[in-house]
Amino acid sequence: MNAILTDIRPGETAPAATFIEFEQASITYGRGPKAVQALAPTSLKIAEGDFVALVGPSGCGKSTILKMVGELLKPSTGHVFVAGREIGATPIRIGMAYQNPTLLPWLNIRDNVMLPLKIVPPFRQHYRAKRKGEYRDRVEALLAQVGLGGFGDKYPWQLSGGMMQRANLCRALIHDPDLLLLDEPFGALDQFTREELWAIMQDLWLSKKLTVLLVTHDLKEAAYLADRICVMSARPGRILDDSPVALARPRTIDMTFEPDFVALNQRLRAMIVGARGGTGIVNHAPGAA
Amino acid sequence: MDRLGEIIREKGASTALIIGVFVFWELFCLMAGISDILLPRPSQIIKALIQYWPAIWPHTWQTLYTTIVGFGIGVVIGLLLGILIGSSKLAYDTAYPLLVGFSSIPKVAVVPILVIWFGVGWLPPVLTAFVISFFPIVVNVATGLATIEPETEDVLKALGASRMDIMTKVGIPRSLPYLFGALKVSITLAYVGSVIGEQNASNLGLGNLITRASADFNVPLIFAALIVLAILGVFLVAIVDLVESRMTGWAKRSQLGNA
Repeated sequence: MNAILTDIRPGETAPAATFIEFEQASITYGRGPKAVQALAPTSLKIAEGDFVALVGPSGCGKSTILKMVGELLKPSTGHVFVAGREIGATPIRIGMAYQNPTLLPWLNIRDNVMLPLKIVPPFRQHYRAKRKGEYRDRVEALLAQVGLGGFGDKYPWQLSGGMMQRANLCRALIHDPDLLLLDEPFGALDQFTREELWAIMQDLWLSKKLTVLLVTHDLKEAAYLADRICVMSARPGRILDDSPVALARPRTIDMTFEPDFVALNQRLRAMIVGARGGTGIVNHAPGAA
Repeated sequence: MDRLGEIIREKGASTALIIGVFVFWELFCLMAGISDILLPRPSQIIKALIQYWPAIWPHTWQTLYTTIVGFGIGVVIGLLLGILIGSSKLAYDTAYPLLVGFSSIPKVAVVPILVIWFGVGWLPPVLTAFVISFFPIVVNVATGLATIEPETEDVLKALGASRMDIMTKVGIPRSLPYLFGALKVSITLAYVGSVIGEQNASNLGLGNLITRASADFNVPLIFAALIVLAILGVFLVAIVDLVESRMTGWAKRSQLGNA
């Protein structure tokens, strides 16, 4: 039963079809007079293979959207569809990575990365038989791809923040997910490490062609990595702007200094400053939206 | 041999302190002329220890046995309750006040009830040891399970992990350092519990030996029994320490790594 369901990979029949769709989905925490609307009714379509970045002021419901897609939160109103059906009806493989690498300290990097293979079907059914052979090779190959070759035996505390985050990405990708959810994965890293990881992330995405939803505060990061950037308003969040990023791939750090890139960044920045209610500190703030 | 030398150097200071305390005690009693009915000198205690050894020995075994059985039951029940309570926030919030209330009852006060229920004998001390030792285990295991980082839980849930998966693959390994922290407290508590139980509700064990020796004003024997208790206590904690360092070394190392 499981094997049959998981063999259906959404989108194989219709390429670039809508993979994820929000239909007037909203989230309200609490009840009665104390209720707080975290996310205003929001509609959003994400196509198969898209790389979408969500940017916006703190507390605007970016992570809320991510959690709804990951089935960690149910919409208070409206619907979330995955592959054309209500979420949960079609099992899809999801990988997730947060800013906190959440590697388990009692496992070495190889076993940490292998964790999803212990949990996700159909891998889990063969875990005992394959963990020392096929799965191990699979983990080593992925670690090598992100520059962590030979680090499988190390423990998380022996790694730098950037290396832990690479391992975190590997863990989110080892089970070949259809969808990758990233919540500020590079937020705690220094600028150079972050730029290195952007390049790695881009390579991974280009080689695996999966759908990615990235939540970030970093506009440069959004513009470097994403095909589309959705700008969100302050709480209750809603999508103010949805722009494609028309920059060629693969993108490089040099491109981030080119006029097109800078202009895009400035436009996004102005929108977010506006969404925060325009504190007036920034010169080109156009005032409250 | 090098390793032995290293251990001797490491333990040198604490050994010197222990010897120093006993030497000071001996000299203080000699110079102040304190009677052995009030405070016997270490040399007198050692003499009593040798003299009464045939009598002390079986009681030592009894106390060790009582402690280990009571502690063992405490670990099993404590683990089960801890896992039960830690597995859901609702269970944690519901059961916590009751547990705190229960734990704040001085367990000495429970011993007479145990005597009424089970009579005088080996059982009340075992039960006292159990009752006094299981609570820290419950609380620590439950806390270890209930405080899994929400991000870790999200990552696992997004993978489709069941509650059972989260529990076995993250919750239980993660709560092991909490468990061993509790075991160290619990083993000493169990030990206290068994001695209290023996003093009040048994005709066996070092606790009972002390009660009888004090009725006879045999103060050197009381102190001899106390010394045996101290050595036994150190021994029990050392065993838990050893097991802990084998099983949860990662917790100490990862803290060092983060520092």
